[in-house]
Amino acid sequence: MFEFPEKLYIPVEKWIDVVMEWILVNTVVFFDAIGGALLKTLVIMDKVLLWIPWPVVLVIVAVAAWRTMGKWWHGVAMAGLIFLIGILGFWDHAMTTLAIVFASVVVSLIIGFPLGILMARSDRFQTFFRPVLDGMQTMPSFVYLIPAMMLFGLGKVPAVFATVIYAVPPIIRLTDVGIRGVPESVVEAAKSFGASDRQLLFDVQLPLAFPSIMVGVNQTTMMALAMVVIASMIGARGLGLEVLKAINRIEIGHGFTAGLSIVFLAIVIDRITNAFATKQQKHLSL
Amino acid sequence: METADIPDTGAPILKVRGLWKVFGENPERLLISDLKNESKEKIQEETGLVVGLRDISFEVQKGEIFVLMGLSGSGKSTLIRNLIRLVNPTAGEIYISGKEICALDDKELMEFRRRSTAMVFQAFGLLPHYTVLENAAYGLKIRGMPLEKRMKIAQEAVETVGLQGWEEYLPSSLSGGMQQRVGLARALAADPDIMLLDEPFSGLDPLIRREMQDELIQLQSELHKTMIFVTHDLQEALKIADRIAIMQDGQIIQIGTPEEIISEPGSDYVQEFVRDAYPATVLTAGTIMEDNEPEIHVWQGPKVVHTLIHRSKRDFAFILDKRNCPVGFLTHRALEKLIREGEGGIDQAMDTEFETCTPDMTVEELFPLATASPHPIAVLGDTGKLVGYIRNHTIIESMIQEESENGGEDADV
Repeated sequence: MFEFPEKLYIPVEKWIDVVMEWILVNTVVFFDAIGGALLKTLVIMDKVLLWIPWPVVLVIVAVAAWRTMGKWWHGVAMAGLIFLIGILGFWDHAMTTLAIVFASVVVSLIIGFPLGILMARSDRFQTFFRPVLDGMQTMPSFVYLIPAMMLFGLGKVPAVFATVIYAVPPIIRLTDVGIRGVPESVVEAAKSFGASDRQLLFDVQLPLAFPSIMVGVNQTTMMALAMVVIASMIGARGLGLEVLKAINRIEIGHGFTAGLSIVFLAIVIDRITNAFATKQQKHLSL
Repeated sequence: METADIPDTGAPILKVRGLWKVFGENPERLLISDLKNESKEKIQEETGLVVGLRDISFEVQKGEIFVLMGLSGSGKSTLIRNLIRLVNPTAGEIYISGKEICALDDKELMEFRRRSTAMVFQAFGLLPHYTVLENAAYGLKIRGMPLEKRMKIAQEAVETVGLQGWEEYLPSSLSGGMQQRVGLARALAADPDIMLLDEPFSGLDPLIRREMQDELIQLQSELHKTMIFVTHDLQEALKIADRIAIMQDGQIIQIGTPEEIISEPGSDYVQEFVRDAYPATVLTAGTIMEDNEPEIHVWQGPKVVHTLIHRSKRDFAFILDKRNCPVGFLTHRALEKLIREGEGGIDQAMDTEFETCTPDMTVEELFPLATASPHPIAVLGDTGKLVGYIRNHTIIESMIQEESENGGEDADV
């Protein structure tokens, strides 16, 4: 009786498809070039991480955790979690996942950092860009898999692409927040001494925004990890693929241990980056 | 007057002419309308614009400490920010060292701020990730001065403000007073033509504040900087200023030396302000003294002297020698006794014990003199000549703030 009138239907989905098709046909060279470069980096990173002997990885994690978190037993605990991943039989998968996460975070920072700075400097850009960021974070992450797949096919590269779209908002937001949060008195003082925009940015705003930016890096990393698991659906190997396999074969044990490995990886990355951010914050507090 | 020790170099180092700052959208429209002479409230009601500064004009000489004083919201902070365009004026002209500041483009303005001015802030505005020494060197760093050279200059500045030993500390480990010393060192290291100080000591507790004021005065006696100093504290203004501009509702309502401000408050507003002040530290002997009229010399006969004293309706006289220097003090009673006994000149009857002072001594410094002798105090000029005298009760009266008879409208700017 009160059905929505079909007459009002607008075929937005068709339009998007048309646009996407046009992009595919006309920018194939561009995306292929990007994809090629990205793939090469990913393969190298994957190889490097798998080449590093596992005890060395443990030592690196232990030292990083100890230095940032403060207590020696923090280092032992974090290295222990990574060690558990190996015991569960997912060492190589975890390293592959880590490689994709790293690559995604690096790309996210390269894109997100300048956008964050831009957002902090221009109110107009901020007003325009905020809802875009909201949208990027609210959209079900699976949706990003479709264009990623169309542009780059299957494999690691589309996984990184989809992951970046999903994981880039926090670094943009927190760079913006960090720079805008620099006390006005300090900014005014720098200006009064004749600081140029560049000097203001590099000597004052970025150093003071650094703790906030580090929180952004932490969040971006965590979101990247979450997305890399989902991106296994379009061919990213690693821990996510193991979970996916377990679903398909209804292997509860395999699924659970793979899932646990993801949790351990997440805890270690989160604690270390978070502790680093907090440390910077304390260092700068007035 | 107080301006005696200001080196007179002719052209003022800072000149402001007809400066307006209006906040709001399209503020120029106010200046071409008839509304601009209306009250702040009326303007805001009619146009939605807020008048920050209204037709400000003043000049500052080289080496002078010029204080902008007013309550919060009087526009003093806006004015000091306008001078280097941290806030851009709506209309008017600002000349610093002969340069028209409003005409500078962004790059010239930057260069100008780097070389010609340095500012000290109420909230310090130190870089929390820089050490004390690096903070002091910050102005020089922006200029592009090489590391070694700027650190050397910064080191000197840090020592000037008494922070040696703290060079490698971060500001967060310093007390408020010490942080502001860093702020001062940063400004001093830049060696600007004009130092701008925006309520630099207002955030400090009273004891530290007084200490910092004393040190600023001490520094100034060695460095002779030109300073624009903003404060809401009259005591502070009177203490450090060569001249004071009193601000109210975005206007300057009186400019003068601390003494002029205290002795002739230009309006009710200033009067109110001045009432709280402790004038003993500001009023000088020169202001409260009475003229020594008529002059009585030691060679004049007793009867002549008696007539002169009688005519002047006084009961005493200072006796002068040939060079008009006082040699004695004669009371009416001693003079009458002398006339009765009929022998000798007035030098026989006068008292050679009396206190002397100079015109620039403050009332505070006169107190001990007043208690040392029952006679009035002789005020001596440069060559020891008598220029006036001060009766003891005058000193007391000067301490009591009476309603000024000229406390009317006409603030003379």
